[in-house]
Amino acid sequence: MSKRIKVDITVPNQTKYLGVIGRIGESMAYSLKGYQGNRRELAYHLNLVLTEALANAICHANSCDPDKDVRVLITASDQDLTIKVYDQGEGFDIEALAKLKAQKHDEGGRGIQIIFKLMDQVKYLQEGNRNVLEMVKYFH
Amino acid sequence: MQLKMVEQDDIVNISIEEERMDAHNSGDLKEQMLQLFDEGKCNLIIDLSSVRFIDSSGLGALVSGFKNASAREGSLKLCCLQPQVRSMFELTRLHRVFEIFANHDEALESF
Repeated sequence: MSKRIKVDITVPNQTKYLGVIGRIGESMAYSLKGYQGNRRELAYHLNLVLTEALANAICHANSCDPDKDVRVLITASDQDLTIKVYDQGEGFDIEALAKLKAQKHDEGGRGIQIIFKLMDQVKYLQEGNRNVLEMVKYFH
Repeated sequence: MQLKMVEQDDIVNISIEEERMDAHNSGDLKEQMLQLFDEGKCNLIIDLSSVRFIDSSGLGALVSGFKNASAREGSLKLCCLQPQVRSMFELTRLHRVFEIFANHDEALESF
């Protein structure tokens, strides 16, 4: 099926771009034709998932290296929305991270778990010379 | 990160004057709190009324402050959460960790 909306953006490996990318996801929530649920909630969740995935790529996968960049690809149809975040790091075991439950006094470790809670399908794959965190939200 | 700090007796009120608390700016809050702890100021109220968005890094900075305050026999309390920010504490179950108040006066009275 052809995707109706496609946003493809590459940003320098700096956390100051988190807000820019998060807000794109937030705005998209209001233009998705097939979504029947609470759009305000979806807007917050897309902002959050993009922020978490991008921060993970910038700070962990790309080790805050200013010479690297991060590509974000968002595609949406009437049935689903897919976010892909590409990094240039060494890769990591997402399943192992997802199984680690943050204890109540842990400062970190909640980002990937939030992504798993809010998205319907999450994968971390190698695509060419990059790794990609792929997250899908189904509308029905 | 833009913060406004006001001391009232032995309590420091910190208003976060940002729309977003994320991995870009949360480290600043953590550092400011550590400086307060070094000065012996361990009772904090964090006013989140301006914050519309918080991510796991923002939550992590607050957990850091909470742990450090508790370790020094002080406490860190939160007030004035917008509904979507409140929902993040529920999603991560951190609403069970923090004392969260509807307004600043209630937080102040609880000390």
